[in-house]
Amino acid sequence: MIEVKNLFKSYGEKGVLSDISFSLQRGQAVAIVGKSGAGKSVLLKCLIGLVKPDEGTIYVDNKLINSMSFGQLQEIRASIGMVFQFGALFDSLTVSENISLALRKLTKLEEEEIQERVINSLESVDMANTEDLMPAELSGGMKKRVGIARAIAIKPAYLFYDEPTTGLDPVMTDSINRLIRKFQSTENVTSVIITHEMRTVYDVADRVLLLHNGKIRFDGNPDDIKNIDDPVVQQFITGNSTLALKGDVL
Amino acid sequence: MVQLLLYPFNLLINTMEGVGRYVELMISMFRSLFSWHKYLSLTVDHMYNIGVLSIPIVILTSLFSGMVTSVQAAYQFESGFVPNWFVGSIVGESILLELAPMMTALVMTGRIGATIAAEIGTMRVSEQIDALESLSFDPVSFLILPRILAAAVMFPILVIIADCFGIIGGLFAAVNAMDVSTLEFIRGLRNWFRPWDAWFGLIKGLFFGVAITSIACYQGFYTTGGATGVGKSTTATVVISCVAIVFLDYILAAILL
Repeated sequence: MIEVKNLFKSYGEKGVLSDISFSLQRGQAVAIVGKSGAGKSVLLKCLIGLVKPDEGTIYVDNKLINSMSFGQLQEIRASIGMVFQFGALFDSLTVSENISLALRKLTKLEEEEIQERVINSLESVDMANTEDLMPAELSGGMKKRVGIARAIAIKPAYLFYDEPTTGLDPVMTDSINRLIRKFQSTENVTSVIITHEMRTVYDVADRVLLLHNGKIRFDGNPDDIKNIDDPVVQQFITGNSTLALKGDVL
Repeated sequence: MVQLLLYPFNLLINTMEGVGRYVELMISMFRSLFSWHKYLSLTVDHMYNIGVLSIPIVILTSLFSGMVTSVQAAYQFESGFVPNWFVGSIVGESILLELAPMMTALVMTGRIGATIAAEIGTMRVSEQIDALESLSFDPVSFLILPRILAAAVMFPILVIIADCFGIIGGLFAAVNAMDVSTLEFIRGLRNWFRPWDAWFGLIKGLFFGVAITSIACYQGFYTTGGATGVGKSTTATVVISCVAIVFLDYILAAILL
């Protein structure tokens, strides 16, 4: 379970997150949406301890992560798989090494088991037989899949996705959405998906949080967001830039 | 106008802030020294990149530095008041005390400093450093410690190579372009030689190596702003390293000689 209370974060004068509070139950798939620069990625990085909030508390499995040392955070991070926006694969390592690096660090598996886990992870994202390729040889969609394979290889309890479908063609977007749903149902992971693609929200999430100006503007299920009478929310989900907002430009 | 007046103050504040962050990063690096054995294979890889792959360029620059020193010394001795074997003394002392460590450091600033800043900077802007952290790796131990350890080991070795080839270059130029025999050159070399001079060059190599790699790692680690940011970090690494080298050169000479 993840519990966030009264979270604040700013960079210099610019406030990014303001009084964010929510909690996630085990097995939920939560989409955090909002326009670019709304603070979605900062929020996700706060959840994994990559960014320290100015105020507020974050509990992961009832452990307060704000004040944790690097060593203590290592234990928490072993249960979290993070998928970065552009894969964030290590350029100098092959696909197989990218995945096995995490396994060697976070698990006590034997070398044979590590290799087996690498192959299984790649197969589950439809990237079999790419073990020896370098990241530079992969397309954007393939990089994201390998990023997902790296994250699921450690068999995490939580999977965080940062813009998993941004910049992909519709077919690849559907393929990634299916993968997220698959891990949700087969592994019973808690997923947090940062996105501004409403298709991903409707396909994958069972709860959606909309961030606007650093605050949570909507918190509910994806069916409700379509019907809510809030011009900010409606403008975001319809993508209609001409929609009139009374003094609250999205 | 106000902006112009505030510029020196802002520059000072930014510089102090940068120095603070650099010191903080180095403290983290020294703390992770205890886990050096975990990163031994990475350190060996970097020793190969920093040391072995730099040997050809170090040989080339030191060879010509020695030759130029020899030719210029002979030019100074044209009056005939100074015996020819002095060329060996001048070349030996210049190479050991100054030219070998200095030329090696300046060449390595371009070859290694810029590369490290670009590599780590690219990792920062493409979120690879965040990915490392999310996988429970300490980026300072993983990225910075092995590079600085490798430089601390390999720079003095490169200086030894530069010493040898600088003297060989000086000997070659003295024998071929002047009326100096090999024996005369070696006599001059031995006449003024003090073992401390060679040690001094090695100590300078160690300090220069650590300075260049730590500045490059710092610049790369705190890169912001995408490809432009990586370019800025690389340029800053080369400029700051060059200044640091001449500054350290003076400090070490004042303290150790």
